[in-house]
Amino acid sequence: MSTDPYSDRGNKDLSLGNPRGMGTATPVKPGGKAYASAGGPFLIGEAMTGGYGNGPDILHDCTIAVDRGEIAVIVGPNGAGKSTGMKAVFGMLNLRAGHVKLDGEDITALSPQDRVAKGMGFVPQTSNIFTSMTVEENLEMGAFIRTDDIRPTMEQIYDLFPILRDKRRQPAGELSGGQRQQVAVGRALMTQPKVLMLDEPTAGVSPIVMDELFDRIIEVARTGIPILMVEQNARQALEIADKGYVLVQGRNAYTGTGKELLADPEVRKSFLGG
Amino acid sequence: MDFLNAFIALSNFVIIPAVAYGSQLALGALGVTLIYGILRFSNFAHGDTMAFGAMVTVLVTWLFQSWGISLGPLPTALLALPFGILGCMALVLTTDRVVYRFYRAQKAKPVIFVIVSLGVTFVLNGLVRFIIGPDDQRFLDGERFIISARTFREMTGLREGLAFKTTQGITILTAVIVVALLFWFLNRTRTGKSMRAYSDNEDLALLSGINPERVVMITWLIVAGLATIAGVLYGLDKSFKPFTYFQLLLPIFASAIVGGLGNPLGAIAGGFVIAFSEVTVTYAWKKVVTYVVPESMAPDTLVQLLSTDYKLAVSFVILLIVLLVKPTGLFSGKAV
Repeated sequence: MSTDPYSDRGNKDLSLGNPRGMGTATPVKPGGKAYASAGGPFLIGEAMTGGYGNGPDILHDCTIAVDRGEIAVIVGPNGAGKSTGMKAVFGMLNLRAGHVKLDGEDITALSPQDRVAKGMGFVPQTSNIFTSMTVEENLEMGAFIRTDDIRPTMEQIYDLFPILRDKRRQPAGELSGGQRQQVAVGRALMTQPKVLMLDEPTAGVSPIVMDELFDRIIEVARTGIPILMVEQNARQALEIADKGYVLVQGRNAYTGTGKELLADPEVRKSFLGG
Repeated sequence: MDFLNAFIALSNFVIIPAVAYGSQLALGALGVTLIYGILRFSNFAHGDTMAFGAMVTVLVTWLFQSWGISLGPLPTALLALPFGILGCMALVLTTDRVVYRFYRAQKAKPVIFVIVSLGVTFVLNGLVRFIIGPDDQRFLDGERFIISARTFREMTGLREGLAFKTTQGITILTAVIVVALLFWFLNRTRTGKSMRAYSDNEDLALLSGINPERVVMITWLIVAGLATIAGVLYGLDKSFKPFTYFQLLLPIFASAIVGGLGNPLGAIAGGFVIAFSEVTVTYAWKKVVTYVVPESMAPDTLVQLLSTDYKLAVSFVILLIVLLVKPTGLFSGKAV
């Protein structure tokens, strides 16, 4: 039995309600203001504590940051709160304590929409494309907040991911796993973000596609966009990382450069399989 | 045997009324399907939303009639329709603000919304009857027929007459325009696409900077427009009686589900499937059959499969068959 009075209590009658595509986020309410807070890295979620809705805390005093020109990688065991940490940085859940700062501004009180406008791009782990819409429409929706001409950006994305140009009139839901991830990253790049956050971009794709995606991500990073990334393939991710965070149960366990973490015997033993 | 007269009789009693009724159902089902796709619940209050919009239109029509304003051969109600839509928009936005928004904030599951909408239904039901009364109201004026049966007979010299009522003409024309506009809006405009995106994936829409409350508001505005137009067209074609709108809920939901809930194209197709089935099953075929078969075989019964009293049962049976055989509906909606 659920104690939540607003749950469906096991009702599965789809002629009554449509659970598909329902949001799970408990985003920060719109209307909050950002204020100047100089210093620190380009993007930092500082000492974040919080969880979904009224549920228990998932993050405990967790800090993740990325600086200009860097790739920062978050690794850790299942259920460590890696994705939750990313969502918290993006305002998809309310923090009970801690701050999020971007480019010298405290944005903790901003809603996700406002954070997009501030230059954050986020690719979630699952359901990260609009399956019923065409590839082109997906990219258009990525650029929803922009009012200027989006065609040059779209061309750039088609240059980065040439396969998408051929499939642009196809519903994104009909594409293969790797292609879907490209659509997802492309959608996030449409706002010309100042920082890109990727939640397990290589989840569920074949090793070949994974290597290709990593190459593309490095390519994006070379254009000067800092990248904050959660990765399941810890070893491979730490190899390309300038900064690495190992989370355990919502807390920072180890922090260091990618190389340091790879060399750390403790980290190797617990998370990298020896 | 006389196929021409048979066809005219068929058009007069089956095809034209069914197309008009189907257009009304399609408009109603479009509203239901939009709410289902975007707010993710089956809005049982839709019938009474239609009644409310139609009621405002009726009241404004009476006001215009008392001022002597008219549209000549067209019903004055068309002039009052924009005011009805505005009134209905105010109503749905108020209910959303007062009722549904609370449950959205709690992330309530769809089934909770359904029950909430049932509560809204009864409140609206009472409100409409309180304001305009439970009785039949007439508000149709202007020319009654585009072609009356008599003129048609005189024109063609045929035995059968073909009547084409003004309200039927207006219904079909309005439905075509409204549906074309809606599809253009959903598929071509930025706001329309953002509605589809929100319907597809709420969290991702949020990540793209789409404001959920704005999407919800625009959906309600469109639904209010669709509901009022459907309600007024039905009222013009038949008559305005608050309770019939509550009863219309069944064929409207049947249309939406038969076509595939959440799929606008399906809602339209479903509307016509339900309308044609209802009319053909409850029509007394004696006249048409008499024209078609040799004289010796002419039927002496009415050849009516079901009495018109069982009209609602027809949509229910079709609904059941579709749910058993093709649960996603004819056009594979997003659900069921």
